[in-house]
Amino acid sequence: MQYHAEVTIELKPGMLDPEGTTIKRALEHLGYQTESVATAKKYMIELDANSAERARQAVDEMCQKLIANPIIHNYTIELGESR
Amino acid sequence: MKIAIIQFGGSNCDLDVLHVLKDVVGIDAELVWYKEKDLSQYDGAIIPGGFSYGDYLRAGAIAARTPIMDAVKKMASEGKPIMGICNGFQILTESGLLDGALTTNKYPKFRCEKTYLKVEDTDTPFTSGFKKGEIVKIPIAHMEGNFYAGEKTLTRLNENRQVVFRYADINGNVTDDVNPNGSQENIAGITDANRNVIGLMPHPERASETILGSEDGIRMFSSMVDYIENR
Repeated sequence: MQYHAEVTIELKPGMLDPEGTTIKRALEHLGYQTESVATAKKYMIELDANSAERARQAVDEMCQKLIANPIIHNYTIELGESR
Repeated sequence: MKIAIIQFGGSNCDLDVLHVLKDVVGIDAELVWYKEKDLSQYDGAIIPGGFSYGDYLRAGAIAARTPIMDAVKKMASEGKPIMGICNGFQILTESGLLDGALTTNKYPKFRCEKTYLKVEDTDTPFTSGFKKGEIVKIPIAHMEGNFYAGEKTLTRLNENRQVVFRYADINGNVTDDVNPNGSQENIAGITDANRNVIGLMPHPERASETILGSEDGIRMFSSMVDYIENR
């Protein structure tokens, strides 16, 4: 079975997000007031696995070993069957 | 004695480090391409600055997971001195050889300028040639040099005297005004718990000849050579 995983990597709460702060400031120049702007990265991964559980486990390992840096990031995984 | 200078795709301070080691310090050094798996013939290693793998994913993240880093880890475990400069520091934190992470500068700009550093600890293979508390001039050139380790790790780094350099002014005051990137406690360089692995954002190879405006950096390399000779 082929699965589609969407991994979202965010900075942990309290971490500085200079890119978000810069975007917030640029939005103000355009006349938009915002409470906050935070950035995140999304990775789309297609993979084969015997079950959804196996697929999630594999993607979780990928996050821990490479895609996220556990010192500064939190991550979420959304998993579905590929269409 | 022979020092390995590890080259990844996108390293760009490799030749500067090679020049300083061979032509200024006068010791044998060699560029070693990242596909090499055996570094046992070398007495120490330097991971130079640059933009390995185009800073894809995170600065240093991809290089940290190449096979040569297993060989670097082996060298580190044998007590051989390992120095990571700039992108090399990022690679060492990403590989787990050093604590913390280097994130985007607080003001998200590439900063290339001279900085003054306070030498916090001289009990390392890289700083034995300095005086404790001395102020040295070594330039930076980076956009992801904001050192973050979290409070618990930070406390441990301080307690174990693993913080080696802090950004300071010319008189040695460690203040927010002279922190170029937002690093916690103005940290510019740290060692591992065993003290033979160092990472720093400033570039000692760019401060190793009078014509470059400072010779302070050369003492890091000569300290390293002394350490190897006396091991």
